[in-house]
Amino acid sequence: MDYIARLLLPPQESTFAHEVDALFHFINFTSLILLVGITFAIIYFAIKYRRRSDEDTTPLITHNNTLEVTWTVIPLILILIVFAWGFSSYNTLRAVPDDAYEVYVRAYSFNWEFTYPNGVRSTNDLYVPANRPVKLVMRSSDVIHSFFVPDFRIKQDVIPNRYTQQWFQTKGPGSHVIFCTEYCGVGHSDMMGMVYALEEEEFNAWLEEEASKDIESMPLVEVGELVWRSEGCMGCHSVDGASGIGPTFQGLWMRERNFTDGTSAVADEDYIRESILQPRARVNVGYQNIMPTYSGILSDRQIEGIIEYIKELSE
Amino acid sequence: MATTATNGNALKIQQFSSSEEFSHNFLKAKPGIWNWMTTVDHKKIGLMYLASVVFFFFVGGMLAITLRLELLSPAQNFMDADTYNRIFTLHGAVMVFLFIIPSIPAALGNFLLPMMIGAKDVAFPRLNLASFYIYSIGALFTLISTGLNPIDTGWTFYTPYSTSTGTAVIWMTLGVFVMGFSSILTGLNFIVTLHKLRAPGLSWGKLPLFCWSIYATSIIQVLATPVLAITLLLLIMERALGIGIFDPAMGGDPVLYQHFFWFYSHPAVYIMIVPAFGIISELIATFSKKTIFGYWPIALSSLAIAFIGSLVWGHHMFVAGQSELAVVVFSFLTFFVGIPTGIKILNWVATMYRGSILLASPMLYALYFLFLFTIGGVTGIMLGAIGVNVHLHDTYYVVAHFHYVMMGGTVFAFLGGLHFWWPKITGKMYNEFWAKVAGVILFFGFNLTFLPQFIMGSQGMPRRYYSYIEQFQSMHVYSTYGSWVLLLGFLIIGAYLLHSMFRGEKATSNPWNARSLDWMTSSPPDEHNFPYSPVVIHGPYDYHKPESEFLLGIAGSDHHEEITVGTETKVKQ
Repeated sequence: MDYIARLLLPPQESTFAHEVDALFHFINFTSLILLVGITFAIIYFAIKYRRRSDEDTTPLITHNNTLEVTWTVIPLILILIVFAWGFSSYNTLRAVPDDAYEVYVRAYSFNWEFTYPNGVRSTNDLYVPANRPVKLVMRSSDVIHSFFVPDFRIKQDVIPNRYTQQWFQTKGPGSHVIFCTEYCGVGHSDMMGMVYALEEEEFNAWLEEEASKDIESMPLVEVGELVWRSEGCMGCHSVDGASGIGPTFQGLWMRERNFTDGTSAVADEDYIRESILQPRARVNVGYQNIMPTYSGILSDRQIEGIIEYIKELSE
Repeated sequence: MATTATNGNALKIQQFSSSEEFSHNFLKAKPGIWNWMTTVDHKKIGLMYLASVVFFFFVGGMLAITLRLELLSPAQNFMDADTYNRIFTLHGAVMVFLFIIPSIPAALGNFLLPMMIGAKDVAFPRLNLASFYIYSIGALFTLISTGLNPIDTGWTFYTPYSTSTGTAVIWMTLGVFVMGFSSILTGLNFIVTLHKLRAPGLSWGKLPLFCWSIYATSIIQVLATPVLAITLLLLIMERALGIGIFDPAMGGDPVLYQHFFWFYSHPAVYIMIVPAFGIISELIATFSKKTIFGYWPIALSSLAIAFIGSLVWGHHMFVAGQSELAVVVFSFLTFFVGIPTGIKILNWVATMYRGSILLASPMLYALYFLFLFTIGGVTGIMLGAIGVNVHLHDTYYVVAHFHYVMMGGTVFAFLGGLHFWWPKITGKMYNEFWAKVAGVILFFGFNLTFLPQFIMGSQGMPRRYYSYIEQFQSMHVYSTYGSWVLLLGFLIIGAYLLHSMFRGEKATSNPWNARSLDWMTSSPPDEHNFPYSPVVIHGPYDYHKPESEFLLGIAGSDHHEEITVGTETKVKQ
């Protein structure tokens, strides 16, 4: 039984998971009995009543009301059980505890941005206190995405015109993968993240450390790396030369860029600034015109950080 | 001539033998491309549909093989994400709109429905031809879309992605919009045909169950397809004119699109599967040589599925952001589709009890269907349970579930039907040995392809991913190997059917000793199906009597002409 559960389902890492799994196993078990019964009947009949000669005659059996009622009522009872069970687990899933720790989630192609109550932000890495209910208040800034953590058995679409919510409580510290499960375009399968459940003190320490990062006193290159990591650049632009949804940052500095309108330019300060603030103005050959603008989101200092970071990556 | 009294009229009785040969078959009548293109013969139109759906099944199948090949290893293999997205979209759109929706109703249904009810043609033969051309124009639009800039939205065209992507969405949706009219008109034609053109004596209770399933399907086609048309029109206006019905920036609601879309597309699932039920009823009764068990439960459960199936669209949106009350109501209603479906399966199995079962290849397909469709059905129950659905939604579990229903169900039934009626359609037999071999290969390949998808799905593998994390690789590898086995099976089928077409042994008029009207004429049928008006005396499943006692009347007994259907035809005075 344990082996089958491990084969079929991810580990149970939320307080909610066992409710879903119990119903999952119940339906599988009942279905298996049904399937084996039907298969056995078919094989048995096919052998026992095989055609022996073309002159075979068969009895006239048109119907049997008792049987019809039986195989209407028994499935009816089963489906009502399954409905009620599924409904009850859904209730648990939708009833957010009052003391839940709240995190805002913003989905955009192809990143997850998390904002914590003290203002700290992180991208694609969600840090949460372990063993405590966590509520996600989610919104998309472009197309529909869906926030799925298999280990927690939770999933909810993230839509552009209103907040959707879900919650979970981990059973201890650990890390769990996040998938986007609503098809959102070219970066859909790369729109992944991680949930890191930390012990309470560890989590608070992380929050404080993040909050104390002061980009005004950091070297520009470090600002650039922080922006790349926390503002979503890393979702599409690699720093190791790997091809992604967008061009890699490595070796980009002063390289000739060819655009879809036939023009070309050298990747200097002006070009990099323009591609951050007006990304749709000129699009590199071989890439899609999908980058959102960072106008009004990044400060001059952050943009200069990116420029310096790209310079460093090209040395 | 034996006479019998029906409503006070004397009736000539004809007995049919299996060795009739008839020279005026419809394939030889009026040859030439132009005559085919302008034909109003339902059989020829059915064959033109058949050729189209087989072609599109091949296209969709090759796209699937390509997708599976890319998924053999976790990282990017030989195509980038953009190409993958376009190919999976085309695979879905081609299979749904160009193959499976017209497959059984428009191809086999067109060919068989008038013959099964003893009619010369459908009620509106010209409209029938028009339907085919509308389908062709729609298909042309989708080809144009593919030529311009293949779409990457998924076959569901969800907004706002579909209104913001740069691909040729308008051409594609316009194509689907146009094809919808073909579907509506075909449905309308069949409904009228069934009401008005049944042969004398063919009461609703003597209608072959295939006709009942086509009837239920036609009702859905007529009622649900217009909603798809409206939805796609709104989508086109959204893209072209920016009217803001679905665009949140202008106060629209993208979830509304999903409601509109599934209001059609869930009933459309039953357009795809209900005709398959009809084929299975014919196959199981014929090859068990036994009266169908529970005629009315099977007939009426098709209508029940059509009705309940129209009320459950919201189960596609359990995590889409609709209200919690709506989620609960839709879940509750969804389970009720399971009841009539279960009734059908159990009645089919009961039909085999004390039958005289011949495991010819069409029957084997029907038995594969029962096994695969049962799996498709019970996994549907799994997905209807809300708490579990939240976990499984948009994972490979769903992909496996609908392939078990659509491919394990509809395609296997379609293949069973194709083999069953192949002698009637072409007048040739196929190689039974290779048919059995191909069937076993397909059954094995199908399970190898899609069983692992249930497992990776419940483990959490999301659908529509072109790359994936390594933990899922072993299941993906099995699935890809399975797709090659499936390809092999289909290639064998293609080979022996082609061989049969040109070199096949000549088929008798009723090689399976079936009892419904479609078998009471020569193979291939006469240009006007029957060279006389049949009067139905016995039911389509009267297998409890030997074939020699199975009787059919002929209308117009006052002006008796010699019937020249076959050499052994006996018209007794």
